[in-house]
Amino acid sequence: MSKSNITYSNADYYVPDSSRWPLIASVSIFAMFVGGATLLNGANIGPYVLSAGFILFVYMLFGWFGDVIAESEAGTYNGQVDVSFRMGMAWFIFSEVMFFAAFFGALYYARMYSIPWLGGAGSGGATNEFLWPEFASAWPLFNTPDSYGFTQFKEVIGAWGVPFWNTLILLTSGVTCTWAHWGLKIGSRKHLIAGLSVTVILGIIFVAMQAEEYRHAYHALGLTLNSGIYGATFFLLTGFHGFHVTMGTIMLATILARCIKGHFTHENHFGFEACAWYWHFVDVVWIGLFIFVYWV
Amino acid sequence: MSEVATHHHDDHHGAHATGIMRWLTTTNHKDIGTLYLLFSLVMFFIGGTMAMIIRLELFQPGLQFVDPQFYNSMVTMHALIMIFGAVMPAWTGFANWMIPMMIGAPDMALPRLNNWSFWILPFAFTMLLSTLFMPGGAPAGGWTMYPPLVLQTGDAFPFLIFAVHFMGASSIAGAINVVATVFNMRAPGMTLMKLPLFVWTWIITGFLLIASIPVLAGAVTMLLTDKFFGTAFFSAAGGGDPVMFQHIFWFFGHPEVYILILPAFGIVSAIIPTFARKPLFGYSSMVYATGAIAFLSFIVWAHHMFTVGMPLAGELFFMYTTVLIAVPTGVKVFNWVATMWQSSMTFETPMLFALGFVILFTIGGFSGLMLGVTPVDFQYHDTYFVVAHFHYVLVTGAVFALMAGAYFWMPKWTGHMYNETLAKWHFWLSVISVNVLFFPQHFLGLAGMPRRIPDYAVQFADFNMVSSIGGLGYGISQILFVIIVVKCIRGGEKATDEVWEGAQGLEWTLSSPPPYHSFTEAPDPESITGGHR
Ligand code: HEM
Ligand SMILES: [Cu+2]
Repeated sequence: MSKSNITYSNADYYVPDSSRWPLIASVSIFAMFVGGATLLNGANIGPYVLSAGFILFVYMLFGWFGDVIAESEAGTYNGQVDVSFRMGMAWFIFSEVMFFAAFFGALYYARMYSIPWLGGAGSGGATNEFLWPEFASAWPLFNTPDSYGFTQFKEVIGAWGVPFWNTLILLTSGVTCTWAHWGLKIGSRKHLIAGLSVTVILGIIFVAMQAEEYRHAYHALGLTLNSGIYGATFFLLTGFHGFHVTMGTIMLATILARCIKGHFTHENHFGFEACAWYWHFVDVVWIGLFIFVYWV
Repeated sequence: MSEVATHHHDDHHGAHATGIMRWLTTTNHKDIGTLYLLFSLVMFFIGGTMAMIIRLELFQPGLQFVDPQFYNSMVTMHALIMIFGAVMPAWTGFANWMIPMMIGAPDMALPRLNNWSFWILPFAFTMLLSTLFMPGGAPAGGWTMYPPLVLQTGDAFPFLIFAVHFMGASSIAGAINVVATVFNMRAPGMTLMKLPLFVWTWIITGFLLIASIPVLAGAVTMLLTDKFFGTAFFSAAGGGDPVMFQHIFWFFGHPEVYILILPAFGIVSAIIPTFARKPLFGYSSMVYATGAIAFLSFIVWAHHMFTVGMPLAGELFFMYTTVLIAVPTGVKVFNWVATMWQSSMTFETPMLFALGFVILFTIGGFSGLMLGVTPVDFQYHDTYFVVAHFHYVLVTGAVFALMAGAYFWMPKWTGHMYNETLAKWHFWLSVISVNVLFFPQHFLGLAGMPRRIPDYAVQFADFNMVSSIGGLGYGISQILFVIIVVKCIRGGEKATDEVWEGAQGLEWTLSSPPPYHSFTEAPDPESITGGHR
């Protein structure tokens, strides 16, 4: 970050003349939302609108990032633009942290307040007695206060099986990602590409194992989204995390492809770093999940 | 739209698109600022029309014009549109126009993202407004979207959720852009403690947005899965809790009300010293007070839920933190008054609106203080007293500051002076009618009239009638504003660069209207005196 000490001239700050990509982004997301909403409402046209929006969205990603990559490779961006990108990415990741915070908050609230109160703790005595006198506070919550409408499950995913191995995989991938970064910094394409390839493969293995875990939960354990507050917090927390790992893997794979093409130099590789930051972020979220969702 | 506004950008250098494509694809902070401000104005009138329907129905007791379901839709949509469609985009519009000029930057830090954060909004609001025509009607469970009521929304439900996600993305992108701009694009010599207060209040608003909007996104996502995918976040039968939604929502919701007001503090802090011809009293205490308010805003949320049955320790904690906010808020009001003390004031329209702000916002602050006292709130919660409170802080607070700022900088934006006589009429009609509209609502609330109900007991009839008359007056007065803006865009006395005698700040060193790209050369560090000091 020593770059920020240099004074830049305003005229050299790259301001693109105009761009159609943001508008296309809005149109495509609008189509996905409208398609998704009509699908949820049960209209037949929903999936078509949703798919059309998705295709346009992917086209937009190629176009928008394509422009940025071309500009970057052409040397249009000075160090000050680079700092803007860094700040943008850092604050974006912070906003993602707060998104996960909402779901962690729901988990803590359910475990510390709503379930004990339903079980009669604190001032919940009357609630328990008049609503569900049979209900006893517990975690994991195998028996919901009202069994009607909820899938009861027999067992939960223990911390020391797949989740433990996934923890090792993700932590290792954090290391291999740093290995690739080191390779990039010393100018060794061999280390860069090897480190990045291993990271991407570990990401794919993680997602595959997570998918297998879900299959097991649904079919063998009867643990589903519908399994009361346990199923809800379990699947939304791990599900959004898994989605982020998937995105991160796609991002790193893109970066790998760019490295193979010979993009990035040892001092100019913000695209690489942004994806690496993102990867470390999903790593840290996972630690939280491992501790609070699977373990304690 | 594009026609009117293209006139006064006489400098067309650079290869930017023309005609409608210019506005669709622009990456220029001034173009985007203009788009935001016009969008916000349109939303003011759509949301205002809904308010007129509400006041019409409440003119007399009994059900006269609309059915209760539609009435509830109006209450819900009015709030969502005014908050997310009118006030927030207006602040982003001001930020876009003013921040690069105030800090001596060529443009915003991330120009393409800037375009995107605007061009999300028309789509998001098309989604939201389209729900008015859906089976089951528009959302009617209140802007706070409490379950289980909101889960009874008809086809509108997923559109509501996705519209909130979409607007949230726009706000976060806009906030990231402001923060990156201020931290990375300041001209040499523009140190943090020389920033105009509008810039300071906006960075802090940006932090609030980035930290709180994702929490709202999480909350509405849980609503969506509760409705469609069988989760039990907000269902006690499954071990969840409807009250949990309220906690998550208000963790976002209280910072949100400060998102709506902090930029107003910044604008008023720019206007009062200009027309008092005195430096702002206590610049650094203003900065620290803003920071303190922002910090406290994250630990007061449950004052919106005193009556849901929290443990006593919770009631006490949230009462103490809430009333604590009055301290930094008081510092601000004190500083504004101290700035005016023994000064030579003149009362052009921006100053009138700023003075209106100081007095009337303070009334809203006092009623907030009353509501912050737990046992008192047990009585006032969900009555018209709350409605009076938040309209004093939001209409005579946020909206008055918007008007003040619009008149203050309109000559800079358009290159013409607005019509001062008409503008004074606008102020006086607004300030009188808005008090006729909202002041009686305090009495209604104290007497026990509940909010969000289309009918009421006869003893509330007189004050409601007065309030509705005030409402109509306020609504009509705002048409005057549109007339003034259109006239100002089309012509009028030529504005000087400085516009207001002795005005401080870099924006006044540029021509009126400013060139298409603000500071292609960084301003002379010697000219950066530090705003109003
Ligand atoms: C001294 C500062 C303030 C205090 C102590 C305060 C306190 C409160 C309290 C306790 C309530 C809940 C009342 C109830 O529902 O029973 C409330 C509601 C509200 N306040 Fe404030 N407030 C303050 C300033 C503000 C500001 C600056 C704004 C916005 C610009 C604001 C906007 C609102 C809104 C919109 C609501 C109603 C939300 C709803 O239920 O729909 N308040 N305030
Ligand atoms: Cu509040």
